[in-house]
Amino acid sequence: MFRPKTRYVALPSPRAGVGEEIDRLKCPKCDTSLEPARLTTALGVCYRCGYHFRLRAPERIAMLVEPGSFHEEDQQITATDALGFKDSQPYSKRIEQSRASTGVNEAVTWGEATLAGHPLVIVCLDFAFMGGSMGAATGEKITNGIERALHNRVPLLIISASGGARMQEGMLSLMQMAKTAAALGRLGAAGVPYISLLTDPTMGGVTASFASLADVILAEPGAMIGFAGARVIQQATYETLPEGFQTAEFLWQHGMIDLVVPRPELPAVLRQLLDLYIKNGVAKDFELQPRANASAPTPAVRG
Amino acid sequence: MTDNGSIAAATWEQVELARHPDRPYALDYIHAIFGNFFELHGDRLFGDDHAIIGGPAALDHRTVMVIAQQKGRTTAERAMRNFGMANPEGYRKALRLIRQAERFQFPIVAFVDTSGAFPGAGAEERGIAWAIAENLVALAQARIPIVTLVLGEGGSGGALGIGVGDRLLMMEHSIYSVAMPEACASILWRDIARKVEAAQALKLTAADLKRMGLADEIVPEPPGGAQHDYGMAADAAGAALRRQLATLEAVAVDRLLENRYQRYRRIGAT
Repeated sequence: MFRPKTRYVALPSPRAGVGEEIDRLKCPKCDTSLEPARLTTALGVCYRCGYHFRLRAPERIAMLVEPGSFHEEDQQITATDALGFKDSQPYSKRIEQSRASTGVNEAVTWGEATLAGHPLVIVCLDFAFMGGSMGAATGEKITNGIERALHNRVPLLIISASGGARMQEGMLSLMQMAKTAAALGRLGAAGVPYISLLTDPTMGGVTASFASLADVILAEPGAMIGFAGARVIQQATYETLPEGFQTAEFLWQHGMIDLVVPRPELPAVLRQLLDLYIKNGVAKDFELQPRANASAPTPAVRG
Repeated sequence: MTDNGSIAAATWEQVELARHPDRPYALDYIHAIFGNFFELHGDRLFGDDHAIIGGPAALDHRTVMVIAQQKGRTTAERAMRNFGMANPEGYRKALRLIRQAERFQFPIVAFVDTSGAFPGAGAEERGIAWAIAENLVALAQARIPIVTLVLGEGGSGGALGIGVGDRLLMMEHSIYSVAMPEACASILWRDIARKVEAAQALKLTAADLKRMGLADEIVPEPPGGAQHDYGMAADAAGAALRRQLATLEAVAVDRLLENRYQRYRRIGAT
């Protein structure tokens, strides 16, 4: 499946030691041996071929927001084994191991921050924690972030990196799709802008809920994005999948995302979007307009 | 308590019953419960998906909007219905019906019966995830009562794509899961043969969902399963739908929507 160890890169961040320490690493795409210091300067983008390494949530956030502006919320919230789930090992043990190896309590980190002078809520998934999968606690933190953006009337930025719903929490995971979507429905109805950034990989129930429900959808080059995995599709249909299937570029061609943005250009793109959407989107005295007023039950009489 | 192996075997029996080829499908229930069902076709964007059907139908004094996943009975029909696995067009047709139901103030009755959304290259190209996500929002916000009944299999996001509402009912031998046991076994155990263990671990039976507070009501089936007596199964389903709709129709719409929001909001809340 995934080879996280070779794909993460440690960037300078206020939380040293969180990223993987690798002396010398190979680019999975062009096989070049990369110098960590140079790779770090390049924001985790291969300086030979442009391959975007995966980032941990704290590094990602530190890379985007104004220094010192990020205030993390819900840091203590962590997964619980509500089902008593056990595969090759108990889920409770997996949670413990993930917490120990990643240094975070869940697959998502969120808080308030400032970006290009604009206050916003930033929510960032972390693929290193159980494949960024969405369990009940993950969905809870994401929904808290969405509700904070609604409450503060500040834009929302969600950065996704996830294999989808977390199997080990069964239906409680699946229902987080409905929960996050319902919260985003309220955010959208209130005219608060939401920008979604899809990074490698964004799949399954995450793509089919909050990640694709944004006003503007951005993606990093080469990111794998989709619903069903390529292997599942091939097993089910025996189809020959086209070159570049489910990459960010492929989805852009099919009209599913607005822009593929190389990592170094992200701050400028986000600044441009925030400048545009905040002036027109969130007025200071904006009143919540329930959809009731727009679609009052007047029986339509046609023709 | 019995040992783990026999619990797993009993759970697997439920999975097989939920998938029983003679089990009544959505159209069997629709024709038994409703009058005057008029099937609407097409998503007005690309095509018509026969894995998701729907349209207005009469239930006592009112018109309801039926949205349902339909499996096929014969080989030809199975192919036509794509084994109940919808493409984006199916979800977008459902969206069209949700909007229409809201406009005419028809309550929605949704019948879930799918192993999942269709895993195909075309489905990905046409944004299956986008289509499902949009329905989650539309259903969360639709200003009409919505009752969902799982008939057989409730599989993953493909089920949820027509499955958000005010009440979740499950036929006694139906299942509802974040992933089908085969998929779960292949992901977590890397061995599809572990599907029986996976089924047990996932807590996917109607009784499991009721216990977790996710399902509101279990609709009793005839002894041995709904395949033994379609009429009896449909009568029980019809009675449950009528009762739940009557309760929901008495609730002011703003309250109804707030209750629906909280229904999902509390799942996994700390």
